[in-house]
Amino acid sequence: MERIPILKMGDFLLVTIQVDLYDQLAENLESDLINTISKYSSKGVLIDISAVSIIDSFMGRILGNIAVMSKIMDAQTVVVGMQPAVAITLVELGLSLNGVISALNVEKGMELLRSKMHTSDNEEQDYDDDNEQ
Amino acid sequence: MQNNLLSGLKEHENKLLTIWSQILQETGGGDGAMEEEESKEFASLFTSALAKSDVSYENSEEFEKVEDLIVGIASSRGKRGFSPRENAQYLISFKQAASQILSEIIKNPSEFYDASLKLNEILDNMTIMTFEAYMKGREDIISRQVDEISEISTPVITVWDGIVALPIIGTLDSSRTQIVMENLLQQIVDTGSSIAILDISGVPAVDSLVAQHLIKTVSATRLMGAECIISGIRPEIAQTVVHLGIDLTGILTKASLASALRTAFDMLQLQVVKRKVIG
Amino acid sequence: MTTITNNREEALIIKEQDVVPLRNRVKEYGVKIGMSILNQTKLITATSELVRNLLKYGGGGKVIIESVSNGRDNGVRVTFIDNGPGIADITLAMKDGYSTGKSLGLGLPGTKRLVNEFDIKSELGNGTTVTITKWKNG
Repeated sequence: MERIPILKMGDFLLVTIQVDLYDQLAENLESDLINTISKYSSKGVLIDISAVSIIDSFMGRILGNIAVMSKIMDAQTVVVGMQPAVAITLVELGLSLNGVISALNVEKGMELLRSKMHTSDNEEQDYDDDNEQ
Repeated sequence: MQNNLLSGLKEHENKLLTIWSQILQETGGGDGAMEEEESKEFASLFTSALAKSDVSYENSEEFEKVEDLIVGIASSRGKRGFSPRENAQYLISFKQAASQILSEIIKNPSEFYDASLKLNEILDNMTIMTFEAYMKGREDIISRQVDEISEISTPVITVWDGIVALPIIGTLDSSRTQIVMENLLQQIVDTGSSIAILDISGVPAVDSLVAQHLIKTVSATRLMGAECIISGIRPEIAQTVVHLGIDLTGILTKASLASALRTAFDMLQLQVVKRKVIG
Repeated sequence: MTTITNNREEALIIKEQDVVPLRNRVKEYGVKIGMSILNQTKLITATSELVRNLLKYGGGGKVIIESVSNGRDNGVRVTFIDNGPGIADITLAMKDGYSTGKSLGLGLPGTKRLVNEFDIKSELGNGTTVTITKWKNG
């Protein structure tokens, strides 16, 4: 069965969705991702949807589910790279993806995750934050 | 039989053209050289078509060419600024000229009646086509202008590294909102900006529909992972918004572009300081 | 105003795997008439929502894709026909926030906002037919 690869990068997981999702694939992703978070005790998840040309209410729900589930497991989810057309369509559809945090691209998403970890865990040194000195 | 009746026009093509241009001049539907050229081509093609085709004129291949030509002429006349009356006059004068010649070459009253009837039928049909083409020519101009207006009215400006601004001038309807959103979001992606400022100083009034469009734009921006500030809220806009019961609390609003920019700087942890003058 | 159909095809939708190929076909129709990316996305998302309903509530059915023209504009029309139980109260089903299934309940009204024309006919016991049209410049 087709599966979407989940990459481990330190404390974070990176998922790049390159194909248009059908329902089973999305549901598999949801369970795989939650299992992987548990396995590595990951602190953050980046879901790159820059190649996704359509998000309907079902996929929106899956993204929301992932965000809430990972939150319960103490991992922050950031959705990155949403296409403008997809964002406008979601708004027209009436889907605001509550609970999902977004960032413009993987780089900014990574920054966001690091800053979130920084505020929740002050023992860790955050190298790119030089404003508090 | 009928074929022979109208085919006689071909031999009198030059005369037909002279009478036609005379009538056109009298009624004021001409514009000189370009017109002469067009008219000559039309008269020649039309009379040849009549001479070549069989009784069922309209369906013949020859007539398709004539129709294409007249449609082209009409749409070009539309673009050249002729009035609808002048445009209709064009073919009507031709009909007058052709009728006049027919009356000279066909002596039998019953045959003349048949021929005129047929000529009328063909040319009336063409007049309708020219009117459609004329309208279409004008509509093309309008739709091109609409495109141009919407393009020039939604400029997205990079005001700082990571901050884009879009001043909206004029009313926000749903099609305009769509263009605004598309341009804004695309610019956000292209420049990697995390803050967008939507300035509505130039929007004459904000009703619940406009507010809804603004809220949609803000939601879409946030979905992409950027923040959207709405600036240029005039006192009367604040009043109407509250009186209409529109909820803007979820949206970052600022009175002026300057204060929106200050907020954006804060969010990016930037600071504007006055230079110290030494000495 | 009269609408002319230029091109037409039918697809049977009986399982979930039929959804992605259908979305792609609809997209091709949009691309062919030069529809913008945004309008394409709206059309495909609407198609996706409706085909999901077709599978979930109608137990599968037939989808007709048409390339249409009304003289001034070109567009894509998609019709979803199922022989399922039908919808008891269409007015209620078209209300924001209503759903009988486990989805978010923005299926029909949300979908309607994505397209230019939306028509729904349903009879209890006799299935549901939904027709949507997206114009190129709409």
